[in-house]
Amino acid sequence: MIDLKGISKIYGQKKVVNDVSVSIAKGKVTSFIGPNGAGKSTLLSMITRLLDQDSGEVLLEGKNILQAPSDALAKKIAILKQSNHMDLKITVRELISFGRFPYSKGRLNERDHEIIDEAISYMELEEFEDRYIDELSGGQRQRVYIAMTIAQDTEYIFLDEPLNNLDMKHSVQIMQILRRLVRERNKTIIIVIHDINFASCYSDNIVAMKDGKVAISGKKDDVIKKEILEDIYEMDINIECIYGQQICVYFDEHEDASVDDFIEDQVRA
Amino acid sequence: MHNGKNNRLLLILTIATLAIAGFYILYQLNFDILFYQLPSRVNRVVTMLIVGIAIAVSTVIFQTITKNRILTPSIMGLDSVYLFIQTIIVFIVGTSSPLLTNDFVNYLVSMLGLVVFTVLVFKYLFRLTGNHVFLLLLIGIILGTFFNSLSTFMQMLINPDDFLILQNSMFASFNAINDSLIWITGAIVLLMLIIVLRDFHSLDVIALGRDHAINLGINYDRKVSQLLLIIAVLVSVSTALVGPIMFLGLLVVNLAHEMFKTFKHRYLLLGSTLIAVITLLLGQMLTQYVFNQAVEISVIINLVGGVYFIILMLKESRR
Repeated sequence: MIDLKGISKIYGQKKVVNDVSVSIAKGKVTSFIGPNGAGKSTLLSMITRLLDQDSGEVLLEGKNILQAPSDALAKKIAILKQSNHMDLKITVRELISFGRFPYSKGRLNERDHEIIDEAISYMELEEFEDRYIDELSGGQRQRVYIAMTIAQDTEYIFLDEPLNNLDMKHSVQIMQILRRLVRERNKTIIIVIHDINFASCYSDNIVAMKDGKVAISGKKDDVIKKEILEDIYEMDINIECIYGQQICVYFDEHEDASVDDFIEDQVRA
Repeated sequence: MHNGKNNRLLLILTIATLAIAGFYILYQLNFDILFYQLPSRVNRVVTMLIVGIAIAVSTVIFQTITKNRILTPSIMGLDSVYLFIQTIIVFIVGTSSPLLTNDFVNYLVSMLGLVVFTVLVFKYLFRLTGNHVFLLLLIGIILGTFFNSLSTFMQMLINPDDFLILQNSMFASFNAINDSLIWITGAIVLLMLIIVLRDFHSLDVIALGRDHAINLGINYDRKVSQLLLIIAVLVSVSTALVGPIMFLGLLVVNLAHEMFKTFKHRYLLLGSTLIAVITLLLGQMLTQYVFNQAVEISVIINLVGGVYFIILMLKESRR
């Protein structure tokens, strides 16, 4: 269980994250949703000690995380940020092996290699194992980083937009893997995600943020509601129940005629 | 996967280093002056080893921290401060002062000046800039330019004879190095090397970037400020010993990257150190035997390094 108590982050005059207090339940998938600039990623960075908060505290099972030693924390929580550019000459397997660093400090034993193999097969990366990172596509690379996080084998896993660069197939695959990690290994998964339908289908709990504040947090059925989402995203959203899942439909119902005119003009010209 | 190949490469480089060092020590040895010539040559080789370690290790770590392969620690302005110290000595107390003529005193003064400068800049500014490495480097560049300008200004004012003497300290040289200074520097460099090698795995993690390093349990800000201090000490002592020669670092670390094609610091640190020593030995042989001391070793290294860089850039741009 992670408790946030009055977390704030101020850049200049702007409160990017403003007095956020929320609890994250153990053994669940919790999604942070909200429009761009709502402060989701900043909040995630503060929960995982990548960024110092200006006020408030993060309690991990009752203890302030800033007081825990960093290497002990690395066995409890793992964080994967959204931009992962790397110039290093490093192979897929070598990168995933770094997930074991908190345990092995660079000297891998048998058990470490087993866990690395497992993470590789979890993410279906066997065929790329010996390729260099810079030879992979964006989606493949994303899967490698997630494999590294899985190899870290922590109770809490934080992923900042894990579906970035992924096609539908791999997005679904990753969400299923996350659910499996919760189901089989009782992991606690916290993700920042933009696609509200993925959030709706695969989360237990949802925290919706807007303008640096928590707009609402609770079970997904309490959050995926027309009035609530319309208020957060400031657009028309309809919610349909398809195969028992709440699906948000947020496309224009009426086509914009001016677009057709524009295309016709272009064709004529 | 590549470890076998890289281990072989390290072995080859080690053998090459030993062979070239042996050749340098024994080449045209004159038995009449054996007791003068042999220790003097051995001293030079030891000096080159010390400087090679200092330059290579500091550059490798510096590039890992900054995630940039074309930077060297000289960007922190240490070369300029060294020159400034030499210039201000000449400017204020003149060329006959023991501050300049006594190797030992000059070494101490230079080293203290450099260490005080870096500790002030890094310990203080590191906190002030909120641990932003790049902001720190920008300040380093500005300070470096500042001290450079001050030195140039004073060099304009001193008389030409003094300037000629001052010019000696502008270029690195391995000739006539004081014995005890070699051992002092060697001890300091060895100490730093041990600290670095004891924990070289965390350098691999730091190379992944700040976020990954913190995630994997590295106390990043503390570790980086510690490493920056180690770099400062290494650069300071080697500059105080032989003079400014930082371009060498850029050359050898990039050569090591080309040869080893790995991110692992075990190979990068050892490989670039060996390449640095080989480069220094070859450079020294060129100055001594081919150019008969008419050209400074740093001039040769800069020439070779510069050409290599142009080739490297042409190669990269064609990709």
